[in-house]
Amino acid sequence: MSAAAAKASPFESAPLLRSRRLWIDSLMHKNHFELFGLPERFAIDLQALDQLYRKIQGEVHPDRFAAGSSAERLKSMQLATAANEAYQTLKNPTSRARHLLQLKGVETEEDSNTAMPADFLMLQMEWREAIEEAVAASDIDALDELLSETRKTTRQLQQQLHAQLDEADATLAAAETVRKLSFIDKVQADIGHAISKLQDA
Amino acid sequence: MALLQIAEPGMSTAPHQHKLAIGIDLGTTNSLVATVRSGMSTVLHDKEGHALLPSVVHYREDGGIDVGYVAQAQQSLDPHNTIISAKRFMGRGLKDVGDTVQLPYQFIDTPGMVQIQTRAGIKSPVEISAEILKVLKQRAEHALGGELAGAVITVPAYFDDAQRQATKDAARLAGLNVLRLLNEPTAAAVAYGLDNAAEGVYVIYDLGGGTFDVSVLRLSKGVFEVLATNGDSALGGDDFDRRIFCWILEQAKLAPISPEDTRQLLTKSREAKEWLTDHAEARITSLLKNGELVDLTLTSSKLKELTQHLIAKTLAPIKKALRDAGLSIEDVKGVVMVGGATRMPQVRHAVAEFFGQDPLTNLDPDKVVALGAAIQANVLAGNRGEDDLLLLDVIPLSLGLETMGGLAERIIPRNATLPVARAQDFTTFKDGQTAMSIHVVQGERELVSDCRSLARFELRGIPPMAAGAARIRVTFQVDADGLLSVSAREQTSGVEAHIVVKPSYGLSEDEIINMLETSFKSAETDKQARALQEARVDSQRLLEAITAALAKDGALLSEKEKQIIVEKMQALAELAKTENHHAIHDAVEALNLATEEFAARRMDASVRQVLAGQDLKTLEL
Repeated sequence: MSAAAAKASPFESAPLLRSRRLWIDSLMHKNHFELFGLPERFAIDLQALDQLYRKIQGEVHPDRFAAGSSAERLKSMQLATAANEAYQTLKNPTSRARHLLQLKGVETEEDSNTAMPADFLMLQMEWREAIEEAVAASDIDALDELLSETRKTTRQLQQQLHAQLDEADATLAAAETVRKLSFIDKVQADIGHAISKLQDA
Repeated sequence: MALLQIAEPGMSTAPHQHKLAIGIDLGTTNSLVATVRSGMSTVLHDKEGHALLPSVVHYREDGGIDVGYVAQAQQSLDPHNTIISAKRFMGRGLKDVGDTVQLPYQFIDTPGMVQIQTRAGIKSPVEISAEILKVLKQRAEHALGGELAGAVITVPAYFDDAQRQATKDAARLAGLNVLRLLNEPTAAAVAYGLDNAAEGVYVIYDLGGGTFDVSVLRLSKGVFEVLATNGDSALGGDDFDRRIFCWILEQAKLAPISPEDTRQLLTKSREAKEWLTDHAEARITSLLKNGELVDLTLTSSKLKELTQHLIAKTLAPIKKALRDAGLSIEDVKGVVMVGGATRMPQVRHAVAEFFGQDPLTNLDPDKVVALGAAIQANVLAGNRGEDDLLLLDVIPLSLGLETMGGLAERIIPRNATLPVARAQDFTTFKDGQTAMSIHVVQGERELVSDCRSLARFELRGIPPMAAGAARIRVTFQVDADGLLSVSAREQTSGVEAHIVVKPSYGLSEDEIINMLETSFKSAETDKQARALQEARVDSQRLLEAITAALAKDGALLSEKEKQIIVEKMQALAELAKTENHHAIHDAVEALNLATEEFAARRMDASVRQVLAGQDLKTLEL
């Protein structure tokens, strides 16, 4: 820490923050499907989403109002921010499913509910061990292979979500699938970090 | 009342007036200004016909200030007072600047941003950059023959919040209305994409004088979507010069040399580097102050060997950006080279080898950023043509907060599309805790001490509660310029604190105002005149914007609602003729407030229209 930062910090003695995670889409209280006029389903037309997103940004983006009144600029920033949030939420299958469940009044409780079927936990442990081994051996190829293996599982789980959410109304089962996907997203992020660390070295 | 007639719906609007808007590439080594004329983006030249303005500022003995080539000629003669590459110090503390030994400046380690002692006094990098911007502004006003509506200023994509804020401050000091800060690779993509009708994924490799950026973009039908960006804001052509300089010292076995000789040898190094772009070897000769003669020959293969590690340093960020974008090398349709340093054959070879395809070099790498910035400035000023150009850019570095144990908690991840807002809830740690310190940081590292500290503020007045009972929501909002504002609010009591991130790095509002006053010689009448001028410009802009909005979408208002707005406009138009800048300012605010609902309805209507083909029940934006 620089001397400047230390000096500018009369709060050093104040107790530090403790964090409590809050999922953002619940924060916004918005129905992201409605924003794009898309049906509330897990299986969505991603191409249509892309196009609609661009069309909406074409109308509301702050660049369209750089010469506008400050009321327009403020409103434009709010709408463009909402469009970005909605687009990112719907584009990613895990967050799309989480959002869909929230609209149905079901929280996915990824932070509090860590109970998982034994076979899934085993798979987790195998992957974690494989990552450690690959990192120890500086084996980027092995990490890449592991990444595609996890992606296969991801696709299977997404198929399940489609069945659970669109064909049945199995919301509690779907919530568990979302929790599994969150787990795998973390594993994939860790593999990504491990690869970039090895690449940098 | 002519103004109000055109606001009536159904009547023809005033003939479209072309606004004068410019794009400025404020570079480490050279700066440029460009504008769109007759639909073509063109770089503006000085009286001698130069497009480039060397980013060099010389504080003369007689109190005058030279910028550009004249200043550059002084760099070896008067190194302490001739500042080059000031961009490297923007928003940077002394420890960030790093290798200051080879720089002939007397640095002053002021909190937040380093400053330089010159004969004209202590100068902040912001003030030095403002001198460069002033010259470009004059050049543009002279060439275009009128008042500028605004400017787009480019910044390296990898610039953090402090560096962006410093750039915006410099523009303000130079008296420019900043329409937008635009990332350099994105600007280059605009110039390149529009010229070549490009579609697909493109990588922009931008190696400038002092910064390296890589951006991965998807281009499709006039939409430029940045997927990921990465880089090194302290790597550029200057580093290649310094490698050659070190080689010279080593080869010629030189003892420590004077600042004048250092500057001269660095210039010789740069010339040798440039010469080797088209030649196999370069002769370096220089007579030092002590009579010693340097006479060396540098071959292109030696240069390649000396700078190999610098080129390798540019490849890691490319890999990271592609990974963040979820793409591999095969997905890349083209690689655009930007920045003077990409002229070096070894750079082009390395990039070609990495991507398995020859990079695109059909636009002048020195000019492409300014050309793109001018196109965007033209769009932002409201000279919207047929082509619906839209830029969707990202934030380069994650933003977060300090949490327990000195750890950084990420709130907004890097490569989030702008504008973006995120919120997270925090709680108190101790029973009865009534204040909470909020430390905003930027960077990818886990430890706060490895990240850049952007600001600290405190939320006070939290009602005493048991530990963990308070619910403090911290909201980050990053605007289209990539600049952050943070607010914190205790949810149960409604206690609120808000800051636009600025304090710990960058200049305070007071410092800026002081500099503005100094630069305007500070006579009270001057200040009044300036305030009046600014208020009038503001009111003119607002009246024009609302007139245009009423002409287009007046039907969205009832007659009564319209009447209220028209009355406020009349009041403002009348006041703008007076000398009372406070009253004008208040009337501007009143009109802004009166048109909030109108602005919201207009935007909802345009979104509805876009979704017209969709099966849309309700639209709740």
